[in-house]
Amino acid sequence: MLPPTVMPTPSCAARRRRVARSAAASLLVVALALIGSAALGAPFEDTIAQRVLACTGCHGREGRAASDGYYPRIAGKPAGYLFNQLRNFRDNRRRYELMNGLLALLDDAYLQEIADHFAALDLPYPPPGAPAEPASTLAVGEALVRRGDPARGIPACNDCHGVAMTGRAPFIPGLLGLPRDYLNAQLGAWKTGKRAAIAPDCMAQVASRLTPADIGAVSAWLAAQPVPAHASAEPARADALPIACGGGDVRGGPPPTAATR
Amino acid sequence: MKLGRAAAVAVAAGAVALLLAAATVVWLNRDDALEPAPVPTNADAARDLLARGEYLVRAGSCLGCHTEPGEPAYAGGRAIETPFGIVHAPNLTPDTATGLGAWSSDDFWRALHNGRSRDRRLLYPAFPYPNYTRLMRADADAMFAYLKSLAPIAKANKPHALAFPFDQPAALAVWRALFFRPGRFEIDAQRTPQWNRGAYLVETLGHCNACHSRRNVFGATAGPLDLAGGLIPIQNWYAPSLKDNAEAGVGDWPDAEVVALLKTGVSALGSTQGPMAEVVARSTQFLSDADVGAMASYLRSLAPAATRAAAQPAVGGSGQTTTGLATTRAAATTATASTARDRGAELYATHCAACHGDDGAGVVGAYPRLAGNRAVMLSPPANLVHMIRQGGFPPVTAGNRRPFGMPPYATVLSDDDIAKVLTHLRSSWGQNGAPVSTLEVSRYRGTAAR
Repeated sequence: MLPPTVMPTPSCAARRRRVARSAAASLLVVALALIGSAALGAPFEDTIAQRVLACTGCHGREGRAASDGYYPRIAGKPAGYLFNQLRNFRDNRRRYELMNGLLALLDDAYLQEIADHFAALDLPYPPPGAPAEPASTLAVGEALVRRGDPARGIPACNDCHGVAMTGRAPFIPGLLGLPRDYLNAQLGAWKTGKRAAIAPDCMAQVASRLTPADIGAVSAWLAAQPVPAHASAEPARADALPIACGGGDVRGGPPPTAATR
Repeated sequence: MKLGRAAAVAVAAGAVALLLAAATVVWLNRDDALEPAPVPTNADAARDLLARGEYLVRAGSCLGCHTEPGEPAYAGGRAIETPFGIVHAPNLTPDTATGLGAWSSDDFWRALHNGRSRDRRLLYPAFPYPNYTRLMRADADAMFAYLKSLAPIAKANKPHALAFPFDQPAALAVWRALFFRPGRFEIDAQRTPQWNRGAYLVETLGHCNACHSRRNVFGATAGPLDLAGGLIPIQNWYAPSLKDNAEAGVGDWPDAEVVALLKTGVSALGSTQGPMAEVVARSTQFLSDADVGAMASYLRSLAPAATRAAAQPAVGGSGQTTTGLATTRAAATTATASTARDRGAELYATHCAACHGDDGAGVVGAYPRLAGNRAVMLSPPANLVHMIRQGGFPPVTAGNRRPFGMPPYATVLSDDDIAKVLTHLRSSWGQNGAPVSTLEVSRYRGTAAR
């Protein structure tokens, strides 16, 4: 069975219960701080952080969602990647109703500013929870991430997303600090065509070669890795990627339509 | 065989009646005469024509339906959901095979004025020709000239997906016989030119009543002048009355605030959300100050300041109102209601107060004031349900490039929680709105805007 492409979205309360059950006290303190739906108690300041409280409601305070829920962290990801995803959601290439609705009437300039804001954040992350999968599954996941499977035309995740898996500027995201459910859902969505990027859609090609078991193993292993301190993306490099990606050429892509000006 | 002859007579009479009815429907669907098309006299006039056409196409909000998100503008394809099925907006770019490439300005005028396509098919009124029929021919020609100047995009039109019997041409002909006649905009000589310009924009291009009026079971409004508010089918947003100052009437708004709302999406007295935010983003923000001012002048005349219903006390007032809503609320003073209100207050403190304030005052220019806000008191409370569940940003406009946003709570608050928060909002700070039930929240949450 394929991993579901749209994951259930646990409520904050459910997240809170799970964290309370499973985490150490120090983690609980961090997690509770993340759960706040707004800058609770903070006085109003006219800043970009204030303007994007709509994002941090789900993606965690300052955009560093914990790895125990569904929503991905966005703080510290490369600006080009975040900008691409914001545009993909606005233009319905990537589907998640709440994101599609929130971004529908925002223009490229504002989306770029939002992307730049979250990309520039350098925040400490809590350690991941212990994985529930057996060591054999995790070993399969680690092997695919580090070495890929050349026989099946699957490149290693590390080849593009960096040896430390913190991404590469400006367009390739880091893979750490993301919930297992989220990773499963994204790879499944690429495999079934529910998530798309600007063509050529490299991740859709990679995902099409992964089995559901591969996806489960990769997601489980990635979600169990800690986010290193100062997990910024590797600098941009000129060398070619093992597979062509349209998202890297976003500025040469189709011009924004009048609908989205 | 007396009975046999009587039956034959009855059948004949029935057939004649049917023929007469069909002939009446056909006769009522006849086209209004075409007016001759004016021709631009020189290059400057042609350039002016294109600029005016672009302006009018924007005023007509054509983009919203005739463009799919992320796709080329005006190439069509967006699915318009109606209670009768899906209507797909067609390609308006000048591609010969799939768009308007082979159309003449007479064809375009016939579509706008008579609701009939180039191939003589009747058009579905999801295309607001009951409004556009009152356009002036010169304006229609300018719009057509602009659309013809766009880059042609080859994109085949998708067939509509309407349920039987609404997919039958005869059903559409009957609908039109009942609810549509070609019309003309009549200038009211008793009013100022500014008022008339506003009326023209609101009733024709703006097609404001497509949302701001109630539709009957056949999906028809009472006409372009009916702006008394209504629940938008499928989307389930409530487009408030423009004739009632307790809803969205602007009888007691200064012109400058109406202009700010329509041009920037936000104003000191309210902000746009949901489908209206889309209208501002794709249409009204591009209108001239003079035209938006004219619309304000017309809209203000719909809701004279004295007509404000007594539903809302002043901010912080004692709530001495005597509406039906207040009576309902007074009757609900049971122990259960009081517990529900406590829970509502608790949820408000947890999720809302950080931005909207304990006193519901909000932050000027960023977060809407909730105390004394008529949008909070609207009945039905559909828009509040959508706002809480989906959150949202006001549209990016030239006058508001970096809007403040509200997070969605659809994954955080249950329908029951939302009902309690809304009941709290509507009964706090001296307001006396009716409580909102969980059932109402479940009913209005419906489909998202897209």
